[in-house]
Amino acid sequence: MPQQELLNALADDLDGAFERLVRTFQDRLYTFAHRLCGGREDAEEVAQDAFVRAYRALGTYPEERIRALALQAWLYRITLNVARNRRRRKRLPQVSIDNGGAAGEAARLAWDSPDDPGSRPDSRLEQAQQRANLASLVSTLPERYRSAIILRYVEGLSLEEVADVLKQPLGTAKSNVHRAVNLLRRAITESRR
Amino acid sequence: MNRKLKASMNPTLTVVRGLKSLPREHAPKSLLPAVLHRVGLGDTYWRLETSIGPVFVARSRAGISMVTRARSGSEFARLFESRFGRPIAPDKSRPPRNVRAVAEGRLRGRDAGLRFDLRGLSEFERAVLGKALEIPPGEVRPYSWIAREIGHPDAVRATGSALAKNPVPLLIPCHRVVRSDGHIGNYSMGGSRNKRALLESEGAQPDMLEKLAAAGVRYFGNEKERYFCFPTCGGLQSLMKENRVHFGSQQEALTAGYHPCGSCRPAAVAA
Repeated sequence: MPQQELLNALADDLDGAFERLVRTFQDRLYTFAHRLCGGREDAEEVAQDAFVRAYRALGTYPEERIRALALQAWLYRITLNVARNRRRRKRLPQVSIDNGGAAGEAARLAWDSPDDPGSRPDSRLEQAQQRANLASLVSTLPERYRSAIILRYVEGLSLEEVADVLKQPLGTAKSNVHRAVNLLRRAITESRR
Repeated sequence: MNRKLKASMNPTLTVVRGLKSLPREHAPKSLLPAVLHRVGLGDTYWRLETSIGPVFVARSRAGISMVTRARSGSEFARLFESRFGRPIAPDKSRPPRNVRAVAEGRLRGRDAGLRFDLRGLSEFERAVLGKALEIPPGEVRPYSWIAREIGHPDAVRATGSALAKNPVPLLIPCHRVVRSDGHIGNYSMGGSRNKRALLESEGAQPDMLEKLAAAGVRYFGNEKERYFCFPTCGGLQSLMKENRVHFGSQQEALTAGYHPCGSCRPAAVAA
């Protein structure tokens, strides 16, 4: 299992193996941070901070703890914490999904999905536009729903893994994912009216 | 209504599918070097003044990774980035004493405790460079000597290629390896002129070596003690001229009853 190999390498020689860790996870953590924060610049800083924190933490862990780490979930958790702290520090204005404005417009556009046979767009450009709109809609969700739904459907984690990253009971994680989907659905439906 | 159509009308499914279709993004190129730099694993470089002009020395945590001449730090940084695909910053600290001593030919690389970052090289290439590190300042060895010493006596040409690819010349002294016919051969850091200048600054007398080679002399023998050496062997320094004999080949020396010197090892030394 390559993940275990990487963990062993980190346990044996952190400095020698750390670059491999970054190369392996940089796209995943950057994408995750981007979906969480919305902006590319924020995403890069969050991913950077997350890796630096991971390095420092690994330096304090005994070997056995590194070898037994659920690496991916651990890294997502660190990224999530960095993003949360950052948001708190910056006190970013939260746009509610319910009011119109940019979010409402995004919601309306996101609904015109290729799965809707009534309005199937043929061009790839439109599909890309819809994805962008859906992504920006996700970024307006309250944090606890946003992180749950990104981990579950964008990053493709199982519900157990989502619960593990969020340090929540399985039932809570499940209901957060569920509510997130409902919120998105409702926002989209309402925007259509 | 068929199942497919029903599913496509289901707004929850549409949301989930939309989320799943969001693409994975590529982290910007600047992410990795920024992280490595922040945790102290990034590469940095020093500038050294040497007998062949300014030379730049790159180091990572794993060790010294690249040495080359450049007109400026920024030119060196560009060379480094194009070779390794990661950026490099000037090192704020002074080059350590052992690095300076090795670069100036005052200390043998093997004795300086320098660590090298040779990650991209093959085992054979690393063996060649490791052997070159043993050659003391002021002495030279032929390519065939390295090939024999690392257990690949037939790989003389491959030894030459490995030395030509040496990422850390000067500190791993490939300039102390010369052609078996006495010509001093090529050099990656500025050609044979610089190789000659370096050897001269270390006291190896390349002109004398070429003259000897032209006269067919490859080895010196100690007539009194009956051993033979490469002409630059440090063990010969106290040898009086009247006790010195010349040989054109190993075979000639061995046939005359001379045994190879245990220090410069001009031929395989019996265990």
